Amino acid sequence: MSTDVPVLDDQELGLAGARTGFGFRSLVRWEGMLGLLFIFDLFYGGFSTSQFFTKDTIFFAGINFGLIAIMALPEMLIITTGEIDLSVAAMLGLACATFGYLFEHHVEVFLAMLITLCVGAIGGALNGFLVTRLGLPSIAVTIGTLTMFRGLAEVILGTNEITNFGGPWTDIGTNTIPGTPFAWAFGIFVVLAVIYGVLLHFTALGRSIFAIGLQQEAAFFSGIRVKRIKFLLYLTSGVVCAFAGILYTYQTNTARYDAASGLELNVIAIVLFGGVSIFGGRGSAVGVFLSVIAVGTFDQILTIKNVSSEDQSIVFGLLLLASVVIPNIPRGYHLVRQRLNSASLSKRANS
Amino acid sequence: MSVLDTPVAVQRVKSHRVAETFSRARELAIFAVILILFFGTAIKTPGFANITSVQQILTNSSLFILLAIGETLVIVTRNVDLSVGSTLGMSAFLVGEYYTHTYSTSTFHSNGSVIVAFLIGIGVGAFCGALIGLIVTVAKVPSLVVSLAALYIIRGILNLIGTGVQIEPTVIPSSFQKIGYETWAGIPWIFIIPLIAALVIAFAMRSFRSMRELYAIGSNPVAAQLAGVPVGRRVFTSFLLSGSLAGLGGVLFASEFATVNATAGTGYELLVIASCVVGGVAIFGGSGTVIGAGLGAILLQVINQALVVTNVSPFWDSALAGALILVAVSIDRFVSNRASLALRLKQGATRVD
Repeated sequence: MSTDVPVLDDQELGLAGARTGFGFRSLVRWEGMLGLLFIFDLFYGGFSTSQFFTKDTIFFAGINFGLIAIMALPEMLIITTGEIDLSVAAMLGLACATFGYLFEHHVEVFLAMLITLCVGAIGGALNGFLVTRLGLPSIAVTIGTLTMFRGLAEVILGTNEITNFGGPWTDIGTNTIPGTPFAWAFGIFVVLAVIYGVLLHFTALGRSIFAIGLQQEAAFFSGIRVKRIKFLLYLTSGVVCAFAGILYTYQTNTARYDAASGLELNVIAIVLFGGVSIFGGRGSAVGVFLSVIAVGTFDQILTIKNVSSEDQSIVFGLLLLASVVIPNIPRGYHLVRQRLNSASLSKRANS
Repeated sequence: MSVLDTPVAVQRVKSHRVAETFSRARELAIFAVILILFFGTAIKTPGFANITSVQQILTNSSLFILLAIGETLVIVTRNVDLSVGSTLGMSAFLVGEYYTHTYSTSTFHSNGSVIVAFLIGIGVGAFCGALIGLIVTVAKVPSLVVSLAALYIIRGILNLIGTGVQIEPTVIPSSFQKIGYETWAGIPWIFIIPLIAALVIAFAMRSFRSMRELYAIGSNPVAAQLAGVPVGRRVFTSFLLSGSLAGLGGVLFASEFATVNATAGTGYELLVIASCVVGGVAIFGGSGTVIGAGLGAILLQVINQALVVTNVSPFWDSALAGALILVAVSIDRFVSNRASLALRLKQGATRVD
């Protein structure tokens, strides 16, 4: 009889994050796998297409993937605290529409950018307020604000398309960083990634973010200002996504309300693929950086080989699935062996 | 915990009753909002209050009702299924392909039967749902990630087989298309199917032990497991049902629009979750009804329809829907806070926390 009582391990009790030793080791392994994937990308790209090792590849990879990469950084911090922000791409759309509208009405470019970033801050603050002050579940709140931001973008621009953004700023969308083959979006991503990485791993704020993700109440009782930190993360997420919206406008030279429509799930997927736990408390900036690089390169190879972006999604989905299933295999193997052992024991006891 | 000291049965009945009262109040409230919106629009635009606009709203919302029912089953267990839009697209496309392959060029109509089409659609959905359910329960990985991956994989496979293919209305037999536009006693057939599904599942979730256990799992997975609930099997079943309903949704999609391509159902997943949230389904599981979720889906359609007929720009549709979701979640929070406070005050005499 006694063998029938289910044995709950840490994972089932929701304590997986508490086993930091194991978590850290598996994380290192996961980052190693991402690194290997990137090296595999380079070999695969180099051998399968002659156009791979060219300046164009590096440039277009930055253009095609830069915005997702930039939005993934604030998302990384938010998911590490155990929350989620689904409104990132909609905020990009709203920022794009706002910027386009202001541009059309001949507002000075600098001022227009400033107002757009403020819109991002307000949107992020709205998310943060609803999640922290009203205590609402972030997934529901950000689905709501996702719909709302996209809707407001539609209200601002309608189905109009605003084009011909002239001026000195067009360079950041369509040219390389002078002297390098990199797109501006990629350069901005790298700078932001370093800032976010330092923030997450080398500051008290970063440790607090991990603490909140592991055990929110414990973090609160140890004096961490949980609500303020979460609020700030949502606020900066809004600003960064608004900035991505401006970048989008210059990259495509158009402003439209459905800019980057549906990209929110790509952003989340990239972050999760980088080894950030959806339950919070685990993850690293290096993992997210490698995930961006590896997946971005792979996407570019498939694009060169004329595989449509829709077909690429199969590969991406499989990778995402692998990222959660593979780390669980040793544990699953252990569990199965344990069950078999106890089954044979009880059989012996019965006979 | 002192929970063990109090008589469990009494406590359960009490909390059950409170929860039930609130959920019923919630359904009535949404229904009232739907009526107010509808008649408010009717006063503003005299031509609106007729059977056609009601039929239009019911037809438009029927797919979302089906998906929202399935999503409710999953969300109640503290999981989430993001793959419903892709599953619907896959099912709709394969139903279309079935009719294309049975299309006879000599008689100029398809020899395919309606029943087989339904079986194909539901089967495809059940297969997708079962796969996700298996991975979630066996590999014990978060459903959000698994179903997100499934969203990409299913859509990717659909693109692989269906890029450039457009199923035309000519190959789809009229007997099948009739489901999309014919009515029975004034009610569109396409709405009757989700209605039946909602009533059956609502009854099951009120009365069947196995379905009540879904709520138990969502309220506290560990406690449910310790109480002997077969958590894995129940969660698997909820994903299976969600997939099957999405598959059925695909069949209805094919009959309603009669043109299907690889993009069918793109982006439905978040709308469906939004319908559930508006309908009072708690996103962290443990409470909510399929009737509420269905009414939530209808409410979103009513807003859409009302904006189209009044002179308000239809561009406001999403903005208002988003605000509505936020309001709904806030009200839920407020009500559940009050409810738990009331519960605690009632039990305060016998129980010390």
